[in-house]
Amino acid sequence: MEFVLIKFALAAIVFFGVLNFAGFHTWVERKQSALIQDRIGANRADIFGFRLMGLFHGIADAIKMFTKEDIVPAGANKILHVLAPLISVFFALVAFAAIPFGPPLELGGRTIDLQVTNIDAALLYIFAMLSVGVYGVILGGFASRNNFAIMGGLRAMAQMISYEIALGIAVIGVIMVYGTMDLSLLVERQGEMIGGWIPFWGIVAQPVAFIVFVTAALAETKRAPFDLPEAESEIIGYFVEYSGMKFGMFFLTDFLETIMVACLATTLFFGGWQVPWLEADGFHFPWGELAVANWVYVLLGVMSFSIKVMIFCFVFMQIRWTLPRFRYDQLMALGWKGLFPISVGNVVVTAVVLVVFFSETS
Amino acid sequence: MVAKSVVVCRPELTFWEKLYIPQILCGLRITFRHFFRNLFLHIAHRLGRLTHLPASATIQYPEELRPLMSRYRSRHRLTLREDGAPRCVGCMLCETVCPAKCITIVPGEHPDPNVEKYPIRFDIDLGVCVYCGYCVEVCPEDAIRMDTGILDVAAYSREAMQLDIHELMDPELRKPNIECNLKFPHQCELTEGNMKGSWEELDWSAGNPRLPKK
Repeated sequence: MEFVLIKFALAAIVFFGVLNFAGFHTWVERKQSALIQDRIGANRADIFGFRLMGLFHGIADAIKMFTKEDIVPAGANKILHVLAPLISVFFALVAFAAIPFGPPLELGGRTIDLQVTNIDAALLYIFAMLSVGVYGVILGGFASRNNFAIMGGLRAMAQMISYEIALGIAVIGVIMVYGTMDLSLLVERQGEMIGGWIPFWGIVAQPVAFIVFVTAALAETKRAPFDLPEAESEIIGYFVEYSGMKFGMFFLTDFLETIMVACLATTLFFGGWQVPWLEADGFHFPWGELAVANWVYVLLGVMSFSIKVMIFCFVFMQIRWTLPRFRYDQLMALGWKGLFPISVGNVVVTAVVLVVFFSETS
Repeated sequence: MVAKSVVVCRPELTFWEKLYIPQILCGLRITFRHFFRNLFLHIAHRLGRLTHLPASATIQYPEELRPLMSRYRSRHRLTLREDGAPRCVGCMLCETVCPAKCITIVPGEHPDPNVEKYPIRFDIDLGVCVYCGYCVEVCPEDAIRMDTGILDVAAYSREAMQLDIHELMDPELRKPNIECNLKFPHQCELTEGNMKGSWEELDWSAGNPRLPKK
């Protein structure tokens, strides 16, 4: 009973945090793009005259989405049409369950892992959820009975499948280095130090895998420069026939996936909740030590994780507003001729290096 | 005739450019520079500093108007004499020159024989006006100008686009007019197109030589 309650509380925290951050993301997107393009950005929505730099636009968006007419086109498959956005959002949200967002918290004599479910194949689980999430997009395209939507759905399918391969293979390198697919264990192993002062994060061990992962992950989020499934200017995307909150769910999925990918990049390559030189009993600087209490340790860990995720979201957003969209053949060429061989090569090199130099650990 | 073919030289990408990542970083450098520069300037503006450096190209329209050139042709106005009557002498030149035929003038007799005429009625249909400015150029009395700086000429009906002498003499007025404040005789919509006002109500201290006695 107690176990279930704790899990529910953790799930609520993650759900609340992620959804709020996704909503906040709309504001970040508006303002960041505005600053990049020398504009001011949406700032007109106000409550009692308070504008708060346009923060209320997210609320205005939500109200608009919920009150708009929900149209199902004649001839569309009604069940699938309703199901598609649900699948999309559901699997994007569910994937967050396996992300460890803080070090173990000691509370009232018991140790709580700050992770909704501690699956030993957490990485596989997350990739599975992301893959199933693609179904939402494809179904949305097919169920709409609209040529443009089908085109968008097909493009999404081809893009996701080609990039998921590179994504998965890039991650294999990380799995080989740390020898685990359990994300909380993986994060713990990233807390070690090389030579006592460089944190042994994934980016240090697998820089090539990181670049491939980030590129493929950006393609997974279906945002520019990989926004071919939506491609507003040419095919209008798989959600042409969606309106109201069903469109909003697809929209939300984009942001959720961006956050998901940022979480994954943090967990795999930037030490998750690890703070450099911070261990469970305190800081171990190369020049001295500083003891901290457990709750400070946990707080610092959660903050470290959130800040890393936010920085990743910020950088992804910056990339989204810097690069123009790829052409379709360029997209496929990059995926199959660029990322795929690089990631395979990375796996091979990693394997050889591990066997030759670190064979006693494996 | 021999068809000319144009050879377009598309430069081959160098290896460095084909790597994508250095070029992406170059692009990111530009966007990051804009982002942090503008962020810094926005914060500085909040603190009242560095206001001479603009943080954005945006003009917050209804509150903040775009600066107009002094020769810009905006909504018309009729200039006034010192006593508050229109300078217009009803010579009909502007009505004649108007290429869009949007000006309607009905002249009346002015009490001052040096002035001779004045407009009883002066209408401009802004729905028809092409803002060419000929009326301003042709006026011998400098009685009509297009320097109000009013750009937001918008209305829900064609009738509301038709300015009469009230709005032309006072650019602040917007239809529908509730009150007529013109002191000289003119055709007033508020009295269903009948004449309203009288010359005696004007301030004659500026000195009109022959004020008609009652």
